[in-house]
Amino acid sequence: MADCVNCPANVLSALKRYGENMQDADFVVALAGNPNVGKSTILNDLTGLKQHTGNWPGKTVTRAEGAFGYKEKKFKIIDLPGTYSLLSTSADEEIARDFILFGKPDVTLVVVDSTKLERNLNLVLQILEITDKVVVALNLFDELRRKNIKLDARRLSADLGVPAVPVVARSKEGINELIDYVWQVASGEYVCKPKRVKKFNGKIQKAIDDLTADVKKLFPNLPNARWIAMRLLEGDMQIEEAIKNGELGKLFQ
Amino acid sequence: MTNAEKISREEQIKALLKKAENYRKEIGDSFHDNIVEGIFAEAERIASRAIQYPDKKPSKDWEVVLDRLLISKYAGYPIMFLMLAIVLWLTIQGANYPSDLLYDLLLGKIYPILKNAFISIGTPNWLTGIIVDGAYLATAWVISVMLPPMAIFFPLFTLLEDFGFLPRVAFNLDNFFRKVGAHGKQALTMSMGFGCNAAGVVATRIIDSPRERLIAIITNNFALCNGRWPTQILLASIFIAPLVPPVWAGVISAASVIAIALLGVALTLFTSYALSRTILKGIPSTFSLELPPYRPPRILQTLYTSLIDRTIYVLWRAIVFALPAGMVIWLISNVTYDGVPLAKYIVDFLDPFAIIFGLNGIILLAYIVAIPANEIVIPTILMLTVLIFGVEGYQHGVLFELDSLPDTANLLRIGGWTILTAINVMVFSLAHNPCSTTIYTIYKETGSWKWTTVSVVIPLTLGFLLTFIIAQVYFLFT
Repeated sequence: MADCVNCPANVLSALKRYGENMQDADFVVALAGNPNVGKSTILNDLTGLKQHTGNWPGKTVTRAEGAFGYKEKKFKIIDLPGTYSLLSTSADEEIARDFILFGKPDVTLVVVDSTKLERNLNLVLQILEITDKVVVALNLFDELRRKNIKLDARRLSADLGVPAVPVVARSKEGINELIDYVWQVASGEYVCKPKRVKKFNGKIQKAIDDLTADVKKLFPNLPNARWIAMRLLEGDMQIEEAIKNGELGKLFQ
Repeated sequence: MTNAEKISREEQIKALLKKAENYRKEIGDSFHDNIVEGIFAEAERIASRAIQYPDKKPSKDWEVVLDRLLISKYAGYPIMFLMLAIVLWLTIQGANYPSDLLYDLLLGKIYPILKNAFISIGTPNWLTGIIVDGAYLATAWVISVMLPPMAIFFPLFTLLEDFGFLPRVAFNLDNFFRKVGAHGKQALTMSMGFGCNAAGVVATRIIDSPRERLIAIITNNFALCNGRWPTQILLASIFIAPLVPPVWAGVISAASVIAIALLGVALTLFTSYALSRTILKGIPSTFSLELPPYRPPRILQTLYTSLIDRTIYVLWRAIVFALPAGMVIWLISNVTYDGVPLAKYIVDFLDPFAIIFGLNGIILLAYIVAIPANEIVIPTILMLTVLIFGVEGYQHGVLFELDSLPDTANLLRIGGWTILTAINVMVFSLAHNPCSTTIYTIYKETGSWKWTTVSVVIPLTLGFLLTFIIAQVYFLFT
C-alpha cells in the first residue's frame, strides 16, 4: 500500500487542493462545457471546494473559482456558465466567450457529456476556433460503459488535435490523467494542434482568408486571427469595439 | 509609436472594418448558417469516427419508460405530489423524537445551569435577562425545533435533485408558466426558491429576457422556503392533525403543508399572469429545457453536502438572527412604562387591526421582529404569548420549560389561538414580505428600489387579502 502513495503514477496524492486560496497562481484554467455535464463536480475534484452540484442545467449562475497545485505549479481554475454554443448572444454565452478570448486562460478545460458526444463537440469545435490550448474531459464515461457504447478516446484526441481524457468526475476516475494533461498543455510540454473547420463555400472562404490576412497584419501576435475575421464577417459589435478601442491589440502585444 | 503611425493604424483598422462590412453585404445572412452547418457537420463526422454503438440496442430503455411516466400528461402531477408528500411525511414523522431530545437537553438541562451560573457570579439581572432569557432561549428554541426537520428534509430533497427529478418537475410546470406569460425556466428558479428565496432570486439569472426575469424575481417569494417549512409543519402538526384520528395525523399534516405549498404555486402563477398582462407586458420567449439523464444519487456525498451546505448554513443564519431577536424580545417584554411592558402597548395597538384578518397583535408584532429571518416567527410568538398572558408555570417574559409539541399547543391555545388562527398564520407565512436577506438580494439583482418595493408590497397585499377572506368566511359559519 505504501508503494502506491509514492508511485509517480499516483497523481491525486501529488495534487494539492488549495480551495479558495488563489494567490500567486502560475496558470489560469477556464472550465467550459455544455450545461449539466459535471463542471462543478470536476471543479470540486480538483480544488477541494464544496461547490453545490445538482443534476439540472443552470445550477451554477454565480462564477465559481478555486485553485490547485500540481508538479510545483499553482493553477487557478474558473468555472464558466454552461453553454451549448458561443455563437448566439445570450448573457451566459457572452461571459464564457469573453473569458476565453479576453481572459486568455492558459488552458481551457472543456467538460463534455460522453453520452451526447456529437452535440457536445459543437462547443468543443467552437472553442478550438478561439484558442489552441484545450484539454477535453470526457465525463460520465461510466454511463457510456453502462450503455455498452465504445468511445475511442485516442482517435478522438487525434481528430481534435488536443488531449481527450475519459473521466468519471463523481468517483474521481481518470482525474489523474486529466490533471497531468492540463499541466502538460499549460507548461507547453504538450503542443496542441487543434482541428479547425476548414472548408466553407467559395465566396465565404475567400472573404475569411482575405480578412484573416488583414487581421494578422494588424495584430501579428493574435493566436486566433481567423476566428476574429469570422466574427467581423458576422458583424459582431463587441469584437469590432475591442478592435477599435485597442483592447484586442493590448492583449496580444 | 509615432503619431503618424498611430493615425495610419487607425485608418487601417477602419479599412478592415469597412472591408468586413462590404463582404457581409455581399454574402448576406447565409454566413452564420454556413458556419453553424460547418461546425455541426464536423462534429458529426468526428463523433461518428470515435463512437461505436453496441450491435444490439437494448430492447427497452428504462430511462425512456420512466420519463414517459414522470412527464406524462396524467401520471406526471400525481407522482410529483406523491413524492413531495412522502418527503414531508418522513420529515414530520422522523423529526419528533430528536426534537424532543434536543429540547430536553437545551432547555430542560442546560438552561437552568446557565442561568444559575450567571446568577452565582453576580451578573446584573438585566444582563442575565438579555443573554440567557433572551438570546440563549431564542437560539436554543430555533436549534431544537428547526435542526431535526432540516436534517431530514434537505438530504431527501437533495437526493431527488441528484437523481434528476427536479428538471422533470420543471418540465411539467413549464406549460403553466408559458400560459401565464412567464418564462418556462421560472419553474426552475421557483424550485430553487423552495430551498431559499434569496438563492432563487439569484438563480433567475438563467432567464435572458429582463421582463420575464423580473416576473420570476417578484414571484419567487411565493415558493415556500427553508425558513417557513418548519413553521408550516409545526402548525399543521399542532392544529390540523388533531382533527382526524391519530393514525391519519401524519398524513393530514403532510397534506395540509402540501396544500400551502400548492397555494404558493397558484399565487406564483396568478401574480405572473397579472404582471405580464399589466406592468410587465410581453410575449414569453422560447427556450429548450434539457432533461438530464437519471443518475444514481450518491447517498453519502448527498448527506454530507446537504448537511454542510444547507442544514448548517440555514441553521447558522437562523442562529445569527435569533440571537439579536431574542434580545429585542426580552427588552420589549421587560422594559416597562407605567408598569406595563412596551410589547403590551404594541400588541394592544395592533390587536383590533389583526382581528379582522383572523390573526392577533402578537403574530403581527412577531412578523415585524422576524423580518430578518422567517425562522424565528414561532419562537417570537411563543415568548410574547407567555408575556402577555402571564401563563401559569411560565416565567414572565421568558420562554420557559416548554418541552414538547403538546406544551406548545397548550400555550398557543391559552393565547387565544383557534384553527382559524393556525390556518391564517400558515397562509400569512406563505404570503408576506420576503425576509431582509431576500429583499437585499432583489435590490442587488434588479438595481431598482421600485421593483424591490413591488416585490415587498405584492405578497404582503395578497397575504392580507387571503387571510381577510378566510377570516370573514370563518366568522360567517361560526
